[in-house]
Amino acid sequence: MTALTDGWLMAGRNLRHVVRSPEEIVLYFSLPIMFVLVFGYVFGSGMAVPGHGSYREFLLPGVFVMTMLYGLGATASAIAVDAGRGVVDRFRSLPMARSALLSGRAGADLVRACLEMATLVVCGLLVGWRWREGVVAALAAVALLLLLRVALTWVGVLLGLLVPNPDTVGVVVFPLAFPLTALSNVFVAPELMPEWLGAVAAWNPLSATVAAVRDLFGNPGVGADSWPARHALLLAIAWPLALMAVAAPAAVRRYQRLGR
Amino acid sequence: MAVTLGGMTDETTAVLADGLRKRYGPTTALDGFDLVVPAGTVCGVLGPNGAGKTTAVRILTTLLRFDGGRARVAGHDVATRPQRVREAIGLTGQYAAVDEVLSGRQNLVLFGRLRRLPARAARRRADELLDRFGLAPVADRSAGTYSGGMRRRLDLAASLVVPPRVLFLDEPTTGLDPRSRNGLWTAVRDLVADGTTVLLTTQYLQEADQLADRVCVVDAGRVVAEGTPDQLKARIGADRVELVVRRSADVPVAAAVLERITGAAVRVDGELRRVQAPVTDRIAVLTAVLRALSDAGIAVEDVLVRRPTLDEAFLLLTGHRAESDDRAGVAV
Repeated sequence: MTALTDGWLMAGRNLRHVVRSPEEIVLYFSLPIMFVLVFGYVFGSGMAVPGHGSYREFLLPGVFVMTMLYGLGATASAIAVDAGRGVVDRFRSLPMARSALLSGRAGADLVRACLEMATLVVCGLLVGWRWREGVVAALAAVALLLLLRVALTWVGVLLGLLVPNPDTVGVVVFPLAFPLTALSNVFVAPELMPEWLGAVAAWNPLSATVAAVRDLFGNPGVGADSWPARHALLLAIAWPLALMAVAAPAAVRRYQRLGR
Repeated sequence: MAVTLGGMTDETTAVLADGLRKRYGPTTALDGFDLVVPAGTVCGVLGPNGAGKTTAVRILTTLLRFDGGRARVAGHDVATRPQRVREAIGLTGQYAAVDEVLSGRQNLVLFGRLRRLPARAARRRADELLDRFGLAPVADRSAGTYSGGMRRRLDLAASLVVPPRVLFLDEPTTGLDPRSRNGLWTAVRDLVADGTTVLLTTQYLQEADQLADRVCVVDAGRVVAEGTPDQLKARIGADRVELVVRRSADVPVAAAVLERITGAAVRVDGELRRVQAPVTDRIAVLTAVLRALSDAGIAVEDVLVRRPTLDEAFLLLTGHRAESDDRAGVAV
């Protein structure tokens, strides 16, 4: 109970930070807009999907997932900045929940993710993407994307504590995130890759969310027949939960060891 | 210097450290650190950089794990009941531990809420503290824009949102101008008058003298001397008279004159042509010494009367210099 209240208070602190530096809000929107325009419009207009549908409709759910993934960079650097601040000593000497600084970050970043999600949907509609299975299915897809984002937020929190230097964190995130998106079904079907690479791509947690979201939005998918492709919805729920179950306790433990 | 644990109840002992040990790799930060602070008193922990003062405070405030020994604060074991300790303490460190982005008011409200004050009570308490520490005019500005003195006051106010039973002040006035320092001292005295126990670390003899009931001198991770400020000053000696003569040949004569007049042990530095001795009545001694030297035809290049430095206090209390790396053969 205290963990929830304190996390809520700390999320409020992080949101007040944003209100006090509004230029940060511009950053919130820049990545989604850039990703949709660059990937959706530039690449999407030049390729065709074998079979049916446009490449742009195929690609955009992947771009949504990519945006969720790259968001963990902002989380990681915010935590690294926080960990270096003197105020952390005060938080640690207060009788508050140990997890609150971290869950407060996760909470504030969920708010940010909702804003990013709205931007993605609006930009997507502008470049011709549509949801075709009704509002309920579309909302379910958005929920899956946000679930992935929450899980990745905790990975970002852990990363920010492991590399407690705000300048280094940004450099570390890209080489970790880029192969993850390339080795997935975001851009091409895993079936088109060499067999072992295709297996990695099929089991990639990002692929699960991308496949499930394509299905719920009614956008063209890769139509693969592997086990993970057939159980995409299950994996799109299980992967983030598993990721969170590992990353969140590890991050809290790591935070408690700060300054030892 | 073993701490007697028997017969000491939680009501009378606010802070107890018993043989605390802490190592960072090959460096020993605390090497059997013992401390007893009776409730309602101010204890000054005096020592140079690296003596272990901050390490001791960080352990006692639950920020740092320790390797050996026992620590109790406000009646709770620091190692096994850290959350109970946190409920009873306030900490104002060397670097202001406030949120630099939030305003002064937002900081105090946040810390009040985190200490379980209801929203309205937290706001009311924040306003009280802003008034009391003269921060009301800047209450809605980012703490990052505050001057050093204002930030320290906000930091202290943040420690008092819920009045702590034990307040830890880690070098609270390091880097402050004299006016801000006096303001902070006044605030600390007010707190003590209200019954708060204070553990204060400092590098300044004068600060310990001003605030503390008892002073512990820390060196190389342990307490090497303890007493009231008067007791320690009596051991250190009062002011010192220092003379520099023009000719090296005159140094022994000057030393003899100084020794005859002060009746104290004279320190001689032949290379710098300097002699010095502790004095009690400094003006009388100065007048007499200068007249005697003039009668003896000795040219004096420089004269000064000064308080003992922390370095000299250390030399006297510990038998070695404060910054010395050679710890061998030091009898403690």
